[in-house]
Amino acid sequence: MTSGNMVGPAPGAVRRSSAGGPQTANLADILERVLDKGLVIAGDIRVNLLDIELLTIKLRLVIASLDTAKQVGINWWESDPWLNAQAADRAAERSGDREELEEENRQLRSRVRALEARSHDGG
Amino acid sequence: MAAEGGWVWMYGVAGGDLKPFADGVAGIGGTPPRTITAAGLTAIVGDVGNREYGEAALRRNLEDLDWLARTARAHHAVLESVARRGSVVPMRLATLFASDAGVTGTLAERAGDFRGALSLISARSEWGVKAYAVKPADPAGEPGRPEAGREGPATGPGAAYLQRRRAQLTASNDARAEALASAQAVHAELGRFAVSSRLYPPQAPDLAGQQTPMVLNAAYLVSDERAREFTAAVADLTARHRFLQLTLTGPWPAYSFVGEGDRSGPR
Repeated sequence: MTSGNMVGPAPGAVRRSSAGGPQTANLADILERVLDKGLVIAGDIRVNLLDIELLTIKLRLVIASLDTAKQVGINWWESDPWLNAQAADRAAERSGDREELEEENRQLRSRVRALEARSHDGG
Repeated sequence: MAAEGGWVWMYGVAGGDLKPFADGVAGIGGTPPRTITAAGLTAIVGDVGNREYGEAALRRNLEDLDWLARTARAHHAVLESVARRGSVVPMRLATLFASDAGVTGTLAERAGDFRGALSLISARSEWGVKAYAVKPADPAGEPGRPEAGREGPATGPGAAYLQRRRAQLTASNDARAEALASAQAVHAELGRFAVSSRLYPPQAPDLAGQQTPMVLNAAYLVSDERAREFTAAVADLTARHRFLQLTLTGPWPAYSFVGEGDRSGPR
C-alpha cells in the first residue's frame, strides 16, 4: 500500500495524476481506460482489442463486475478467505479436516489415559 | 503525411480551436504528435511505422505487456497534454489510418458524433475514485498459533483453533459487508456532484499495486467549476467511513464518457 495515494483529510493530499506527469498514473487505470473506453471508430486496421488474448487472460483486471461482487461477495481475491468466498469455503473444509483430526486426537488421548490408568492399577 | 509504409495513429479529436502543442510530449514511438484539421475539428495524430504498428505486428505487440504498457502510457500522455489545453475526445487505443486522407474523411463523416461527444465533456473532467476495504484488526489472533495456558483435555489446540477461526470469519464477514455497503454509499454521494458516472470492475490487487481489496472503482464526469467541491467530498467521505480507504485520481481526459451510443466498432 502506498500511503501517498490515500486521500487525507485535506484536499491538498489528493493525488492528481497530471501533477507529476503520466508516469505517476497507475498503469491499470490507464489500461482500463485506453483499452476499454475511449471512442471507437473504424480505422484502416481492424484490431478487436477484446480478441487479444492478453486482455482476456492477463488484463481481466476486471475479474468480476461490481454487481457480481455485490451478489456473491468479492471473489476476485484469490487467496484471502477474508475476501474470497471460495477460499473461505476451502478454509472451512480444512477446518472440517481439523475437526476430524481433533476428534481422533481426543479419542487417542482418552485411550492413552485409560492405558496409563490400567498400567498404574497393574503396577 | 504518413511515412512510406507507415500508419497514422489517432489519439483523439478536439475542437477546431485547439492550441498548438508546446510541451514537447514524445508521442507513440517517440514521434511528436501533430494535428489534422477538417470539418471544424482537430484530430491529434502521430506517424508510426509499419514494422511495429502494422496489422500483424500490432496483434503480436498487443500481447506483449511491456510494449502495451509503453504504448498505453504514450497514448495517454499525449491525450493528457491536449486535455490541459481543452476538451478532447480520446480514441480507443490502436485507432490507425493508412493516410491523412483517412483521418480527414473520418472527421467529416463522424463530425456529428465528435461534436456531440465534445459538447458532453466540454468544461468537464473525469475523476477516478477507488475504495479499498480496510481489513479490521484480527479479533482472535493468527489462526493456528499455539497459545500457552489454553490447552487442556476439553479444549485442545484444535478446538481453540476452531473457536478463533469462527470468531475471525464472523468479524470478517461483518467488515466485508460494511465495506461493500460503504462503497455503495460513497458512490451514491459522489454521484450528486457528477454529471455522469461509470463503474469499473474492481482491479486485481497485483495490478493495482495495493494489498487491500478494492470494493469500488468508479469514474465521475464532473463540471470543472465543481471540481473543488468534488475533491473535498472525497476527503470528507474518507473520514466518515472507517472500513474504507479512498484514492482519487485525475483530472483525466474523459475516456469513460465518450463511448456513448457508438455502434461503429467492436465493443
